[in-house]
Amino acid sequence: MSSSHDKPVDPNQVVLWSDDYEGHDVISTRTFGFWMYILSDGMLFATLFAAYGVLSYSHSYYTGPTPAQFVAPWYTFIQTMALFLSVLAYGFSMASLKTGSKAGVINGIMASMVLGIVFVGLDIHDVLRMISIGVTPEVSGGLSAFYALTQVHAAHIFVGLIWMLVMLYQILRKGFTEDVVGRLISLRMFWQFQAVMWVFIYVFVYLWGYMS
Amino acid sequence: MLVNVPGPWSPLLGRLALSEIPYTNPILAPLFVVIVLAGIALVAAITYYGKWGYLWKEWFTTVDHKKLGVMYIILGLVMLFRGFIDGLMMRTQQMLAVGPGDNGMKAMGAIHGYLTPFHFGQIYSAHGLIMILLAATPLLVGIMNIIVPLQIGARDMAYPYLNALGLWITAAAVFLIMISLFVGDFSHNGWFGYAPIFELAYSPGVGVDYWIWTLELVALGTTLGSINFLATVVKMRAPGMTWSRLPIFTWSAVSANIIALTSFPCLQVALALVGADRYLGTHFFTAGFGGNLMLYTNLFWLWGHPEVYFVILPAFGMISEIIPAFSEKPIFGYTAMVLATFAIAGVSWIVWLHHFFTMGMGPYVSTEFSIATMLVGIPTGVKVFNWAATMYKGRLTFSAAMLWAIGALFLLLIGGLTGMMLSIPAVNYMVHNSVFVVAHFHMMLLCIVYAVFGAVIFWFPKVFGFKLNEAWGKIMFWLFSAGTFLVFFPMFMLGFMGETRRLDWPFDPHWAVWFDVQEIGIVVYVLSVLAFLWMIYVSIRDRAHHRVGADAWGTSRSLEWLTDSPVPFYNYAMVPHINARDEAAWRREHGFSQSRPDHFAAIHMPNNTGVAVYIGALTFVIGFGLTWRIWWLTVAALILTVLIMIYRSGKGDPGYVISAEEMEKLDRESRQNMSDGQQHLPKGGGYTGGTVTAYSAAASDQRPQGTPPGNSRPLS
Ligand code: HEM
Ligand SMILES: [Cu+2]
Repeated sequence: MSSSHDKPVDPNQVVLWSDDYEGHDVISTRTFGFWMYILSDGMLFATLFAAYGVLSYSHSYYTGPTPAQFVAPWYTFIQTMALFLSVLAYGFSMASLKTGSKAGVINGIMASMVLGIVFVGLDIHDVLRMISIGVTPEVSGGLSAFYALTQVHAAHIFVGLIWMLVMLYQILRKGFTEDVVGRLISLRMFWQFQAVMWVFIYVFVYLWGYMS
Repeated sequence: MLVNVPGPWSPLLGRLALSEIPYTNPILAPLFVVIVLAGIALVAAITYYGKWGYLWKEWFTTVDHKKLGVMYIILGLVMLFRGFIDGLMMRTQQMLAVGPGDNGMKAMGAIHGYLTPFHFGQIYSAHGLIMILLAATPLLVGIMNIIVPLQIGARDMAYPYLNALGLWITAAAVFLIMISLFVGDFSHNGWFGYAPIFELAYSPGVGVDYWIWTLELVALGTTLGSINFLATVVKMRAPGMTWSRLPIFTWSAVSANIIALTSFPCLQVALALVGADRYLGTHFFTAGFGGNLMLYTNLFWLWGHPEVYFVILPAFGMISEIIPAFSEKPIFGYTAMVLATFAIAGVSWIVWLHHFFTMGMGPYVSTEFSIATMLVGIPTGVKVFNWAATMYKGRLTFSAAMLWAIGALFLLLIGGLTGMMLSIPAVNYMVHNSVFVVAHFHMMLLCIVYAVFGAVIFWFPKVFGFKLNEAWGKIMFWLFSAGTFLVFFPMFMLGFMGETRRLDWPFDPHWAVWFDVQEIGIVVYVLSVLAFLWMIYVSIRDRAHHRVGADAWGTSRSLEWLTDSPVPFYNYAMVPHINARDEAAWRREHGFSQSRPDHFAAIHMPNNTGVAVYIGALTFVIGFGLTWRIWWLTVAALILTVLIMIYRSGKGDPGYVISAEEMEKLDRESRQNMSDGQQHLPKGGGYTGGTVTAYSAAASDQRPQGTPPGNSRPLS
């Protein structure tokens, strides 16, 4: 069947053990695994989007308000800018990583964090505003889905901020070890991915919701 | 935000109260006493023999993929037994309760049989959840854990620590569902949950909460595991292990874990939204306020159907390893096999709607999903024909493992054909929610169980260094098969006779005779359980006579059979260079089977860590705290988990290095241990004790089973 079984083999030529095998590359293995995690996170958001889609018919809002009545796309646009600039800052920080500049990396991450905090702060402020006008998740299925999608995203951002804090500490304590660099790369993927998810949320939830 | 629960609640204990412990229940109270006594006996025994240190150092804190796999399998077997007892109780209830009259034993206030509807509902819900997610899944994950790294020539999984974490989180789920027996109730809404009955208004107790958090925990553990498997196979293959040489079992692990990685998040979201409804008062799946009941059902089966293929594909992989080894032929149609595996995995995503054709989504949608479902039959058929062609003109050895594999094929055939019937909406409307469906998926799930038993017998010598008793393995097989026949064929009949599923009181007296037959089947199953335990006992007692060499069956094919049995903790003294698909067979056929590396290199191994155990324990606390709404406990456990994770990430794991000289010594010892005929003295675990055997066995009997290797006939 398989041809390799039938060919005669010269015992002196054959390689049975991998002499110069160095083992796997730690950073690229870690990065690949994190890609896989991002994939599952993507599915998580996809499911929430599906739920939002199913629960955004007019009857889903019961007798309560629809997004058109309470979202503020301009306000949220500021959030969008904060998040994008945060990703940009993180990008600068990673550029400094290539040159091995500790100060550059730390400054980039700090800028990124500040902008991320702005994002979360604006989000909390927005939620409080909506609650104050009676727009709460208990009102209708549609609002439940609205809150689930937007606040799960905000929770991801929050986790990312804690992660940045931990990374700052680790960079200061240990410098650019293999582990630290691997984590910084993973964090970059995480942060960019959250920004991409935000684009979808901004378009489908805020802009679309405002217009319909 | 937080919903007010009906009944008492206190900040300190949440909904927990002494009255939640069913000490008056005549089944649970004695069971509790028995379990407590058994627990005390176990703890006492371990203390007496001074084994705590050994257990902690060698097992609980291990990051070795083989040991973790063994623990997964033990966990799975224990839960398989628990689920079986549930099944036994359900069968007995139906046998006792059948008929029009009031034939209750009044033991627990039951009017029919001996179980109240509420209790019966908890049993079938727990049974389904346990069997699919806490028995089948851990068994499969355990076997993948042991075999996949060996088959690709890796020293461990890509992330050994994450691997341990997956195990302990799964164990936390197991503890959570087990504790629901004795503290509070379990859900009575079926394993998949009916919307909106699981809403707080209709299920005010903690049962549904137990169900949610148990599922969330297994989902988390399995997702982590799937990331690990994919990274391992993609990144850690030994030189020469090209994609076209990957053993079929590893291929099936890849496809299954792609499914797991992408589908479990759907389950996590679906259940989190149920949780939001119950805890925060949202309206995702409520009957009013704009909620949507069918959204839940869709989201659940969007995971649920891929999940059934997540469990069947590794089983297919196991069959694909066992059959060639005992047919002495390479697998027929390797490429077709791989493609079929991925075709099944792909199609599994677009068929979920066949679980609720009766939702009534109109002819177009139903037809789409009907055809998609039928499409699954094509790659599955390809696989079955490939297995048959592998056996065709092979030199067959009907060892116990082979019997299980062939039995699995028969079950697959019956389950697949009945599945085809169910995929026709017109038929489905007739039999949906009847026990015909129950019989269908039990055929499929038992196919998995058969494959798992085959795989356990097949790979046992690799991990432990000695074979399981063949005779008892076969006795168990026949008893188990008789039980399967007696329990599930009447179920098809009953389905046609109109019995709907989940009846605590089957009212039609015409069904009685089939219930009696099923009960006999259950008794036969009990015998097979005893045969299994006896097989284990006999095998351990006589292990000295069943010691094996590296190639335990003499006809094995893939890479894992190159390394010593039991597998040393470093897997391969030197990473092998792969020259062919079925490397072990290739080396045997070309006369290299005795060659061992003559020089060594230093290797790097990860350290053990207790962190995974702590985090697992904390996730249990989180699940328990959420179930009982003990907020301070939940929040504290959550914060502690995060802090431990941060601490661990700061500490990292430098691992340790074994020098080349030491490797040479270890390799010599391992080989000595494998082939030593004289050593009767028990030896401690650790390095040379191999993966698992605490005692090195004596008297090597290296006669291979079946026909001698070396001259296997290629198919031409
Ligand atoms: C491969 C392994 C399979 C497993 C583990 C499996 C498992 C299941 C399970 C658990 C259910 C019932 C869910 C419930 O109502 O609680 C089910 C139902 C169903 N299965 Fe399978 N199945 C498998 C293969 C197939 C195949 C090959 C087909 C058809 C080609 C099929 C078609 C169906 C259909 C149509 C139903 C819905 C029946 C109904 O609820 O009315 N299944 N299967
Ligand atoms: Cu299905």
